[in-house]
Amino acid sequence: MDFRADQIERYSRHILLQDIGVEGQEKISKGKVLVVGAGGLGAPVLLYLAAAGVGRLGVIDGDVVDLSNLQRQVIHFTPDVGKPKVLSAKEKIRQINPDVEVVTYQAFFTAENAFDIIGGYDFIVDGTDNFPVKFLINDACVLGGKAFSHGGILRFEGQTFTHLPGTACYRCAFHSPPPPDAVPTCSQAGVLGAIAGMLGTIQAAETLKFLTGTGDLLTDRLLSFQAKSMTFRTVALRRRRHCPVCGEHPVITALHEAEQAVCELKKNETYPFI
Amino acid sequence: MSKSTIAINGEEREITLPLSLGELIKQNNVSQPDMVSIQVNGEFVFRERFDDTPVNEGDEIDFLYFMGGGR
Repeated sequence: MDFRADQIERYSRHILLQDIGVEGQEKISKGKVLVVGAGGLGAPVLLYLAAAGVGRLGVIDGDVVDLSNLQRQVIHFTPDVGKPKVLSAKEKIRQINPDVEVVTYQAFFTAENAFDIIGGYDFIVDGTDNFPVKFLINDACVLGGKAFSHGGILRFEGQTFTHLPGTACYRCAFHSPPPPDAVPTCSQAGVLGAIAGMLGTIQAAETLKFLTGTGDLLTDRLLSFQAKSMTFRTVALRRRRHCPVCGEHPVITALHEAEQAVCELKKNETYPFI
Repeated sequence: MSKSTIAINGEEREITLPLSLGELIKQNNVSQPDMVSIQVNGEFVFRERFDDTPVNEGDEIDFLYFMGGGR
């Protein structure tokens, strides 16, 4: 790949990095990344991957921009309210970096479309807001042999890990979705807007590390942070022999969606971090 | 009854044995035990087994919280 002069300039701060250089930037520019959800996590992920010049960015989201999204979904602007999120995201990505090919899917990620969609990508980023889809992304990527970044945020907290084929998966640590009536989501529990940026930029950095083969990925480790005390913690994860999807005798061999979480936030609940 | 030291999420804690994982959750005021996944010495423990899994001296126990947000 021969970079034009303007590309050399645009990506100069990557090229200057010993671990990346022109070769690494070429890998980024040839990379194909799917971001599931163009919301709180997807927004910073897409902005940074667009700026980095990822060759193809896939964006899947079936929602339209809502006024209540703008507090944290920084890829969408006030005039975008009512617009499909994938279109709003595509417009910003193209303005940031016309080098990037953007593929939009104005749909939700389901057991039916999962394999077809992830097949065209090297790396998948989970930017979704509910457990059924988080588990679906895990299962699709494990069964499809794809690398992905898991992300979850709530209130003042976030957690993330990276999966490569052969390393611990979401089900190794969390097995199956929590009971639907126990689940608080952002729409029910709230989230500090900047938390989405903190976690999403970690996911974007992991994506760029994956594409360039730089450093040690966040595999077999779960990184969590609590922004109230601004403490970060890493817990070792282990690939589990009895994991229902990546274990020795998997019981999940095809994709299914768990029931959607529908609940009211329980009063006076606490959600201790440490 | 004996005082023992365990680690919860990397922090040392003194507890009184015997104690089950289920009781440990209650002592830690986890009001939503359904929203926590537990590893003992790196091994996943099924939710259904919390009440009959004993805590032992020196155990390293990780409470991993489900976080479902992202939008």
